[in-house]
Amino acid sequence: MSGMFVHNLRLGTNSLRRNPLLTALMIMSIGFGVAASMVTYAVFRAVSGDPIPQKSAQLFAPQIDNRGPQYNREGEPPDALNYTDAMALMRAHKATRQTLLFQVGLSVTPDDAHRMPFKALGYATYGDFFPMFDVPFQYGDGWGAEQDQGREPVVVISRALNQKLFGGENSVGRRLMLEDRQYRIVGVTENWDPKPRFFDMFSGNAYADPPQVYIPFTYAIDQRIDTYGNNNCGSDGKRGNDFDSWLRGECVWISPWVELNTADQVQAFRQFLDGYAEEQRKAGRFNWAPNNRLRDVHAWLDHEHAVPPESRISLSLALGFLLICLVNTIGLLLAKFMRRAPEIGVRRALGASRADIYRQFLAEAAMVGLAGGVLGLVLTGAGMFGVGLVFEPQIARLAHLDISLVALTLLLAIAATVLAAFYPTWRAAQVQPAWQLKSN
Amino acid sequence: MLQIKPILAALKRHKAGTVLIALQIALTLAIVCNALFIISQRLDRVHRPTGLVESDLMAIQNRFVGTEENNAAPLIKADLAALRQLPGVQDVVAVNSYPLRGGGWSTGVRTDVDAKDSKAHTTQYFGDEHTLATMGVRLVEGRNFRSDEIVEADPQAIPDPAAIIVSKALADKMYPDGHALGKTLYIGDSKKPSTIVGIVERLQVPWNGTWSDSFYENSLIQPVQLTSAFTNYLIRAKPGQLGDVLKAAPAALVKVNRMRVIPSDRGVRTFAEVREHAYKGDRGMAILMGVVCLVLLGITAAGIVGLTSFWVGQRRKQIGVRRALGATKHDILSYFLTENLLIGVAGVVIGALLAIAMNLWLVTQYEMARLSVPYVLVGVAALLLLGQGATLAPAMRASRVPPVEATRSV
Repeated sequence: MSGMFVHNLRLGTNSLRRNPLLTALMIMSIGFGVAASMVTYAVFRAVSGDPIPQKSAQLFAPQIDNRGPQYNREGEPPDALNYTDAMALMRAHKATRQTLLFQVGLSVTPDDAHRMPFKALGYATYGDFFPMFDVPFQYGDGWGAEQDQGREPVVVISRALNQKLFGGENSVGRRLMLEDRQYRIVGVTENWDPKPRFFDMFSGNAYADPPQVYIPFTYAIDQRIDTYGNNNCGSDGKRGNDFDSWLRGECVWISPWVELNTADQVQAFRQFLDGYAEEQRKAGRFNWAPNNRLRDVHAWLDHEHAVPPESRISLSLALGFLLICLVNTIGLLLAKFMRRAPEIGVRRALGASRADIYRQFLAEAAMVGLAGGVLGLVLTGAGMFGVGLVFEPQIARLAHLDISLVALTLLLAIAATVLAAFYPTWRAAQVQPAWQLKSN
Repeated sequence: MLQIKPILAALKRHKAGTVLIALQIALTLAIVCNALFIISQRLDRVHRPTGLVESDLMAIQNRFVGTEENNAAPLIKADLAALRQLPGVQDVVAVNSYPLRGGGWSTGVRTDVDAKDSKAHTTQYFGDEHTLATMGVRLVEGRNFRSDEIVEADPQAIPDPAAIIVSKALADKMYPDGHALGKTLYIGDSKKPSTIVGIVERLQVPWNGTWSDSFYENSLIQPVQLTSAFTNYLIRAKPGQLGDVLKAAPAALVKVNRMRVIPSDRGVRTFAEVREHAYKGDRGMAILMGVVCLVLLGITAAGIVGLTSFWVGQRRKQIGVRRALGATKHDILSYFLTENLLIGVAGVVIGALLAIAMNLWLVTQYEMARLSVPYVLVGVAALLLLGQGATLAPAMRASRVPPVEATRSV
């Protein structure tokens, strides 16, 4: 059996050599089709992946409608909370873990007077953030509820920032100047940067550079640190003239996250949200029926359109492209196989069964597919350099050629070609031995 | 043309090949039409003028450190003075944003104080009397701001201005009769009118995404110097001196005051760089689509060459017979070309329908315009020509089959 397979492969190679132009056309067709699909798939895979697979079903983003139907797009409540609702969520403490966050941009002033200040981006959040999102630590740890309640100036910095400021030493316990305030470093995270950054889709940071600092939300509010991310006050809404009126107002700018481990908990949390909205309605703040959402990570990413439109367009384009290449390959294989009708006639007359013909020609097609796959790999590699032309550099960086992609490329090429070969092979197997011999 | 009947009869015996070629032409047409359409849309966007004189212009993004968030007025003043003293600098302005920057302010505007809904959406630029000269926008009606009209304001509490300058697009939108100068607008939900004192020919918004397409030339300039610690300096260099200013300006700022952040990445840019960055995605998409089109056309042509060659090989004997019976070389050539044309026409008819269907699908999925007929026609013509071109070589070979072939067996 395997001897037969090798024999078939040898026959295939010989036949391919006999017709170099046609063979080259087929290989190029498969190669281009597969490469186009793979490059776009690599980008698509990078942007549509699950950023936190171990917990994506347990993390939820609550949404509360604080504006009313006339401001909502298609009935959807805003994608973030205002300060009042965010605080109510934290006070209620209905989830296993809960946090709020907003983006901060803080100037870091190095101790060394010769070095220029620079901007570090990060988040003001609660201590639950770190265990909730499984943030890995190089040194120290996140802060706890005590620091949140005590509104303490503590900070967690990223490994990269620690490298830049302290040469990578254990800096836990040291001081850090952010703007004109001094913080105590309690932890240094490992390089941690889930893509897309599901927890801060609201500020359009899905593919932004990794966060560098984390400070307590409560301290940031006390110090009147403004958000560096988005702030949405609705159409024609006003932010108010000062920080306090902004906090009291209906502008949304805080992303809330809760961890809910069981279906019952999820159900209970939904009820809590609706109860809260109903309460607000009775109090006269909302004059519409409760309109809340509780989406898990997948639903949230979907809702926020985490996959950029360029990626979808080019993926569907590439699949169309592959389809054309396959149609092309079917035509060329048909031409190639039928040209050998006399040879098939002779083989059949000498006792080869239809199954033998099938095996021989499918093996030949597999050879074409393999060669096309190898060409496709080379072109995919070249295409990876080109993705930066189309996609934002943050996204282009994510696309890379790895073992699974290499295997997938080869597999797709072979499978596609063998699939394309079925019809031409069937036609070849229909060749009648007697008819062919007679006409010769 | 001639002998269509025998061609159809022959094609019936090669159903599979015929269908494959037609299908391939149809699919290629569908993709090429849509790709061409996307390319032209992206290129239109890339070539939109900003209204600025973009040569000799540069921008610096600056953020003061260690000062109160909205109390940077004296620092900005000192910066402006230092920049104006540089030998290569013609004019400078501190603005909240500028065209193609990416981020900025926008608001609704009304002509009627009691109107509930705004009449148009517009971007808001805040700057002093140097704004027009530095940007290089052309004033077509009215006047520039006077220096006594400029007020300093905290970005969270901006007073409604008495005088504003608007772009012509916004002026025409608010007052379609063309007499906007001297009339008033209400910004946001303000109750206080602002008088249009000047109209500029064109001034684009800071964004270039599709979402801002509906108001991309609606701009208004308010005579306000923001006191925010975050500001953008636009600098117009004297002709030919941009290279020097590009180095001297950030150095001069650091000399005035070290406590600031000018990002190393895109903190200091010429306007050419601003433009390039803003349209990188559009340009890339156009290049990608162009490459896809070329490769697809190449592959389709290769497929046609391959199958036609096969048919020619198969029919050598019949060609010989026809030649022996008096058919000229030209007859044989036109036979194959006509055959391809028939298949091609069938293919492009299906392809045109597919192209429209695909576009309709794209329209529902993404913010995209409807495909216009000329693109389909161009695509149809291109594919028919491609088919004829690809058939030419095998058909020539067929026409050279000698009549004596009729007497030979394989």
